[in-house]
Amino acid sequence: MSDPILSTHNLVKAFGALTATDDVSIDLFPGEIHALIGPNGAGKSTLIAQICGGLTPDSGRVVLQGRDVTQDSTAVRARAGLGRTFQISALAMEDTVLENALLGALGASHRPWRFWRKALSDKALCERALSALERVGLADDKDRRTSELSHGQRRQLEVAVALTLEPRAFLMDEPMAGLGTGGSQRLIGFLDGLRGEAPILLVEHDMDAVFALADRISVLASGQVIATGTVDEIRRDPAVREAYLGEDA
Amino acid sequence: MIGERSITLVVLGLLLAVVAWALVVDEPFTITLATRAAILALAAVGLNIALGIGGMVSLGHAVFFGLGGYAMGILAYHAQSFSALDLGLVSVAGTKSMPVIWLVALGVSALAALLIGLLSLRTSGVYFIMITLAFGQMFYYFAISWSAYGGEDGLSIYVRNGFPGLNTLVPIQFFGICFALLCAALFLNARLRASPFGLALNAARQVPARIETVGLTPFRLKLVAFVISGAITGLAGALFADLNRFVSPTMFSWQLSGELIVLIVIGGVGRLIGPVIGACLFVALEHWLGGLTEFWHVYLGAILLGIVLFARGGIVGLLTGREGPHV
Repeated sequence: MSDPILSTHNLVKAFGALTATDDVSIDLFPGEIHALIGPNGAGKSTLIAQICGGLTPDSGRVVLQGRDVTQDSTAVRARAGLGRTFQISALAMEDTVLENALLGALGASHRPWRFWRKALSDKALCERALSALERVGLADDKDRRTSELSHGQRRQLEVAVALTLEPRAFLMDEPMAGLGTGGSQRLIGFLDGLRGEAPILLVEHDMDAVFALADRISVLASGQVIATGTVDEIRRDPAVREAYLGEDA
Repeated sequence: MIGERSITLVVLGLLLAVVAWALVVDEPFTITLATRAAILALAAVGLNIALGIGGMVSLGHAVFFGLGGYAMGILAYHAQSFSALDLGLVSVAGTKSMPVIWLVALGVSALAALLIGLLSLRTSGVYFIMITLAFGQMFYYFAISWSAYGGEDGLSIYVRNGFPGLNTLVPIQFFGICFALLCAALFLNARLRASPFGLALNAARQVPARIETVGLTPFRLKLVAFVISGAITGLAGALFADLNRFVSPTMFSWQLSGELIVLIVIGGVGRLIGPVIGACLFVALEHWLGGLTEFWHVYLGAILLGIVLFARGGIVGLLTGREGPHV
C-alpha cells in the first residue's frame, strides 16, 4: 500500500481528568474516503481540531504528506495541502458567493498582499474560483450575497471554497448536516467523484452517506478508535453495534 | 434606493458647494469649518480601515492623530526657532514644508501603529479596546510631561507651513490641500477594499476560522491594516495641527479617539463615505448647536442613539436602504 497522505500517530489530548483523545492513530490513503463516526461526545471535534491545528495534542503526531505538522498553525497546514470544511458554514455572509470562493483561491496562491488591483479583475484567481463554483453547481449564483443562499447552497459553497485550495487531502466535518434527502444525494454523488482527486476524511452523522461513500470506517468511542474496517466489517462488529449502532440500528 | 457610489459623489460635491458658496459671499470662517470637517473625516477614513473593514475597535487612534500633530509641531517649532532637532545620533534642522512634514507624520504613526498593533492585536474584543485605550493614555500623559515641547500648554506655530506653489494661509487654498488628501485617502480606501488584501481582511473580520483554513493568518492581515489605518490618521493629525497652528496633548486624548468612532458610527461603519458624512454633521452640529447651547453634545448623543437603535447602517445605510455590514 502506498504511503498515507494524512495520518495521526498515537494522539492524546486530555482536558483535566477527561481524555478526549486517547491514543488515536488513523490513516488516510490516496483515493479513499475514510469515514470517522462515533456517538456524541466520542471526541470527534477534539480530534478534528488537532488534525487542523486548532488544538495541540498532549502527545502524538499529525503527519501530512510525510511532513510532521503537529506544531504548525492552521494556516501552515492549509498551505501544506489540508482542505477543511466546517460543520457550521464558516462563510463571509456579507460577501458574494464568488468573493467567498476567491478567498480560497487567494490563500492557495499565497498572495494576499496586493492592495491596488481589484480582486475581481484578477483573471487567474477568478477562473480558479469560478471553476470550483461550477463544479458544485453554484456558478449561476456567483453574484448573490452569501447570506441570501439557502442552507443547502451554503453547504455547497463550503465545499467549493475547499476545492479552490486544490488540497491534497480533505477533512470534511459533517458536510451533510441539515441537508434534505435530495441535497444529500447530490452531495454524495459529488463526493464520490472527488476521492480520485484527493482522499477525504469524512466525519459524518448521516449513516446512509457514510455507508454509501466510505471505503473504510473508523469508529470513535470515548476518545478511542474501537474499530477500523470496511463498511461490512463495521456493520458486523459487535463492539461497534454496542457502542454506537446499537442505539438506532 | 440610492447607490453608495452616488452618495459618495453627492457628499463630496455638497462639501465643495458649501465652500464655493462661502467663497462667493466671503465667509472665510465657513471655509475653515469645512477644512476642519475634511481633516476629521480624513482621520476617521483612516480609522474606518481598521474598524470598518478589519473589525478592530481601536479606542487609541488619537495616538496617531497626536503623533501626526506633534510631528508637525516639533519640526515647525525647530524651523521657527532656528534650532536643531537632536535625534541622538544625528541632529537635523526643522522644516516648514508640508510634504516633508506629511512624510514624517505618515512614517512615525505607521511605526507606532506597527508596535501597538504587534502587542494589542494578540487580543480581541473588549481587551483590544482597553489596550488601545491604555496606549492612548500613555501617549497623552507623556505629551503632558514633555516640557521641551510645551508640556500641557502645547506648542504654538506662528505661521502655517508651506506647500510649493500655494499660499496656505489663504483658507480656500488650505482647504484645497485637505480636500485633495481626503479624496486621495477615499480613493485608496476604495481600491483597498476591492483588492485581494481587502477581501481577505473583510473576511478575517467576519470569519477568522475560514481565513486560517485557506492558509492565511488573520493577525498579519489585521496588523498591516492597522498600520495603514494609523498612518492615514497620523496624516490627518499633521493637517489638524496646521489648521490650528497649535499642538497640544488634547490631540492624544481618549475623547478624540471616541469621537472618531462616533463619526464612523453616525455615517455608517465600513461605508466608504460614512466617516465624511459623520465628520460634516459633527462639525456642523458643533458649530450651530454649540452657538445656541453649551450642551450641544446632548443632541449629538440623541442622534447617535437614534442611529444605533434604528439605523444600524448609519446614515449611508438609511440612504442605500441596506443594513450595514455589521449587523
